[in-house]
Amino acid sequence: MNEEVRLMKGNEAIAHAAIRYGADGYFGYPITPQTEILETLEDLMPWETTGMVVLQAESEVASINMVYGGASTGKAVMTSSSSPGVSLMQEGISYIAAAELPALIVNVMRGGPGLGTIHPSQSDYFQATKGGGHGDYHLIVLAPSTVQEMADFVALGFDLAFKYRTPSMILADGVVGQMMEKVVLPPQRPRRTPEQIAEQCPWAATGKGGRGHRNVVTSLELDSALMEKNNERFQRTYAEIERNEVRYETYFTEDADYLMIAFGSVARICLKSIEMARAEGLRIGLLRPITLWPFPYEAIAELGTKVKGIQVVELNAGQMIEDVRLAVGSDMSVRHFGRMGGIVPNPGEILEAFKRDFINK
Amino acid sequence: MAKVIGTVEIEAERCKGCDLCVIACPVDVLTLAEKEVNDRGYHFALIKNADACIGCAACATVCPDGCIEVYRFVEK
Amino acid sequence: MNHEDIKSQGTKVYSRPRLLDDRTMHYCPGCSHGVVHKLVCEVLDEMGLENSAIGVAPVGCAVFAYNYIDIDWIEAAHGRAPAVATAAKRLNPECAVFTYQGDGDLAAIGTAETIHAANRGDNIVIIFINNGIYGMTGGQMAPTTLEGMKTATTPYGRRADLNGYPLNITPLLAQLPGTCYVTRQSVHTAAAARKCKAAIRKAFEGTLAAKGTAVVEVVGTCSSGWKMSPAKANDWMAEHMFAAYAPGDLKDNL
Repeated sequence: MNEEVRLMKGNEAIAHAAIRYGADGYFGYPITPQTEILETLEDLMPWETTGMVVLQAESEVASINMVYGGASTGKAVMTSSSSPGVSLMQEGISYIAAAELPALIVNVMRGGPGLGTIHPSQSDYFQATKGGGHGDYHLIVLAPSTVQEMADFVALGFDLAFKYRTPSMILADGVVGQMMEKVVLPPQRPRRTPEQIAEQCPWAATGKGGRGHRNVVTSLELDSALMEKNNERFQRTYAEIERNEVRYETYFTEDADYLMIAFGSVARICLKSIEMARAEGLRIGLLRPITLWPFPYEAIAELGTKVKGIQVVELNAGQMIEDVRLAVGSDMSVRHFGRMGGIVPNPGEILEAFKRDFINK
Repeated sequence: MAKVIGTVEIEAERCKGCDLCVIACPVDVLTLAEKEVNDRGYHFALIKNADACIGCAACATVCPDGCIEVYRFVEK
Repeated sequence: MNHEDIKSQGTKVYSRPRLLDDRTMHYCPGCSHGVVHKLVCEVLDEMGLENSAIGVAPVGCAVFAYNYIDIDWIEAAHGRAPAVATAAKRLNPECAVFTYQGDGDLAAIGTAETIHAANRGDNIVIIFINNGIYGMTGGQMAPTTLEGMKTATTPYGRRADLNGYPLNITPLLAQLPGTCYVTRQSVHTAAAARKCKAAIRKAFEGTLAAKGTAVVEVVGTCSSGWKMSPAKANDWMAEHMFAAYAPGDLKDNL
């Protein structure tokens, strides 16, 4: 398959991109609003073309443990779900992080807590960026705001996962998952051969083969001194990721008096708010974190020295705002505007909230 | 008629003194050391009646710790 | 002939399995795990599977199986071994993939994963050690604990009205069209251990021929958890455990 321009949903783009990346396996369970990923993969039948395994599991618990099993053998494997399902996966994600396995997890967020709603949300920010499961670990968290990024972040997520031997997460919201846009799908990459996997993943449990020694994939170490060493190694990896992999975009920040910070679909709405504000003479800029972990603390701190106030806009009660406050310190005026329960704000109400907090106060 | 005679080699240091080999032996070759213990404090298995061994390997088969080797010789 | 003569002039008819590591296992004296580990080693060796086997270890006493059997291993979360093995096998169909699980792992926390892997007919061997108790955590009630049996969490004996009934899961697995071979074995005598070994071999043969999931339940003892000598535990098992979990083949499509 060559490069191709198509019109499709964000969820469908993830499925196409996974096949074209040369992913080895997908394991998932239906849950709105991301089920098109599993449906599209089943429809495309990649097992007949690239040999990619696609399996509808009996639960999210099984899905993530299938990912653990596949990743343990050095394969490029992924799962996808939405908020309640991702909660069920947290045990497995912790094990994947602790066993230093590469894997890709997609969370197309819906409103919670509990069964909540099927409508869009960003209320899993804490869960995704601060660990989620038990123990000291991080995921590399990518936040797409376009269908194109849904496709692109599959490859980026896998590449980073294999580079650092740690799981990546695409943290999308229901808007990006469900909306249709033009997307440029990359050309088909071949799946890695067993020889390439052996070279890239010398730790993988693939059968001893000619290796002469056994490989054991485990997260268990009962000797506390050794377990602390393991943790120190994880933390060194996280420090390296924080140094190398921070990604963000800025818009209209050169002359900005104020800054909006938003990720995912909300960043696009904020851009419209900023356009409206600038027509009224209000110079607002936007910073859109692309990696939510590692978080762009330095870029925000630097912009923070140039603006009078920061408005953080999220589809939640105020989660990313905690990281923004950490970045700029307590002298800066940082305000939150959020909608919850699946409500997506319009540009006018964001601008209105901005004026209330910073202009007409 | 050919007669089968056997013997066993017990790795006493690995033995946990579980007694299962002693019970499994059909010809009462083995026993546990009555007073002596190995470095881990177990009354290990030892041969008390060597001549009776028929090399059937029942003792070694049920040994959970793989402490026993069995040899067999056929006298013609 | 003396001991040394027989050794030098005779043949060695039994030795420690080649794939069993030299280190001493952490299991309690008389534990059935050791015997089953040896049988797995022998079968993998005799079938030439040393280099293509992937074992999936459970949470429970056998969590450290990967320290003893010299093949590649994946250590799974509690109960998730069949899901882990499903993916390992589907992504590496040339490998001999098996799980090694206890009763808590397989029949309590992992019931869903067990039943669905077997129902899909994933070509994995499930080795299931049923000793009716949680050994690793110190002797608590297992799903397979017999009625009346005393454990750390049923100190006055398991009562069906309080704790539910013993879960006889292997016959359930035998009912599923995805399983090709379901058998219940034991290792308390040399004859039983030899039969068990043949069953494990047959299970691997079935899954390697892609006939579906093969389940080998081994009714075993936990002398520490049962608070008996290993010898007494074997007798108790034959009398009481076999009454609820009778040895024999439950399904044989091979």
